[in-house]
Amino acid sequence: MRNGVRIERHLCETHAAEHGIAVQPAGKIGELIKQHVSALTQAAQAKGNVCPTCRLTFAEFKQHGLLGCAECYRIFEGQISPLIERAHEGGVKHVGKTPRRVSCEIDESARAKAELAARAERLSRIRVELETAVRAEQYEKAAKLRDELRRLAEGPGRGDV
Amino acid sequence: MTHGPYYEPPRPAAPEPVPEWLKGEGEASDVVLSSRVRLARNLAGVLFAPKSSKRDRQRSLEVCRDRILTCGIADRVAWEELHEAPSLKRALLVERHLISKQLSRGRQGPMGVADDPRGVAYSLPDERLAIMVNEEDHLRIQGIRSGLALVAAWREVDAADDRIEAGVDYAFSPRFGYLTACPTNVGTGVRMSAMLHLPALRLTGDIEKVKRAANDMNLAVRGFYGEGSEAVGDLYQISNQTTFGRTEKSILQALESEILPRVIEYERIARRELLAKRRIPLEDQAWRAWGTLTNARLLTTEEAMQGLSMIRLGLLAGVLPTRDAASDLRIVNLLWLLVQPAHLQKVAGREMDQEQRRVARASLLRQRLFRG
Repeated sequence: MRNGVRIERHLCETHAAEHGIAVQPAGKIGELIKQHVSALTQAAQAKGNVCPTCRLTFAEFKQHGLLGCAECYRIFEGQISPLIERAHEGGVKHVGKTPRRVSCEIDESARAKAELAARAERLSRIRVELETAVRAEQYEKAAKLRDELRRLAEGPGRGDV
Repeated sequence: MTHGPYYEPPRPAAPEPVPEWLKGEGEASDVVLSSRVRLARNLAGVLFAPKSSKRDRQRSLEVCRDRILTCGIADRVAWEELHEAPSLKRALLVERHLISKQLSRGRQGPMGVADDPRGVAYSLPDERLAIMVNEEDHLRIQGIRSGLALVAAWREVDAADDRIEAGVDYAFSPRFGYLTACPTNVGTGVRMSAMLHLPALRLTGDIEKVKRAANDMNLAVRGFYGEGSEAVGDLYQISNQTTFGRTEKSILQALESEILPRVIEYERIARRELLAKRRIPLEDQAWRAWGTLTNARLLTTEEAMQGLSMIRLGLLAGVLPTRDAASDLRIVNLLWLLVQPAHLQKVAGREMDQEQRRVARASLLRQRLFRG
């Protein structure tokens, strides 16, 4: 109704939408928009997921399990970190040997901190396991874990042997 | 070993060079055949070998070769360009555990031939140190010793790594450590393993328990030729899978001081139990193997290795007579190598098809097992 006159319009879905009139299957359109947006995001992500140095895509890595170059570790860090953590018993940072040529660039205190953090994490994990073993009356396993705890609590574990 | 009942065949002219890891020496050599440590390293500023062009791999090969051959990793070093080596030579190196099957095959070139630039350097005459170039990583540095000797193998590999690194830049990140083509090797890049002879655990069926326990501890159990190979001759390789977030020392200690001693003890107990409770079946197994290997006219590799395994167990358990156990064990160890296809052909000095190899294998065993 406008100025007391009734205006009747026959609009297609697109034009109705332009006039701000909700069209019947609103849910469906919402879904379509969502799909469209997510497709755009995926495309954008995929675009960012190419290593600029060796042109490896993350999809290729997932297929073959091999990275193409050192730069891949930086480019795909977000995606591969959880995979690496899972494959290496929760390891989050390198604590072993370092090449002499770069060791001066590495913050020794950071390294020590990382080692301590890794050990603390391991200690707490073993304590949980120990508790579980005792509760389950797996005494042999518990004894093993207690030995491991004792060993871990002793001296620092450095890369040199 | 005792002489055969009716004849002694001629002795071979010259003994083959025996790699250190087969000498049957060192700690726990009744169970541990050899200990091996390998490091994975890549050159900085170059694509990893699987992703790089043939020209780049040729360049990496030259850089690595020049460094390896001039940095004094050993008194005498042999170098093989594998893309130029005939297939028999490559197979020999695989059988001596100096290169992997993957490096032997190489990446297929445009003509369908393995013309992929790749090589191996190894120390002479002991073959204790071997460095593969352009396998999955630019460098795979391996140290191998007989018996339980991971510490010695690690020290040798660590020193070689230092020498090489003094002249080339490695791909390394403070967070991820040494960067490798496959993230399962990242961090320390270290794989430590022991080759164990576990015939008694196989006979008692407890080998499955060992495998399960190893899996629970995140260790891999593999066959004689490493990844993807089946256990033949009751030989099993146990190795670490975790390479990241732990120091080399802790990986080494866990294996050498905790895990391996337990497996070794488990096998020794099984041997004692077989002897105490199932002596006749054990004697039967050992003598049957002896009978087969000293009389058969056709033998497959698997049959020969399995027979040698039972003879070795028989010697160690004392159910087969011997005048000099150490010397007989050395012969068995060496025969494990000599019955392999490429070694048979090398000893014979000619190429042989499968049928000819079976004949030659049976003949070799009849001769060698009768040596005094």
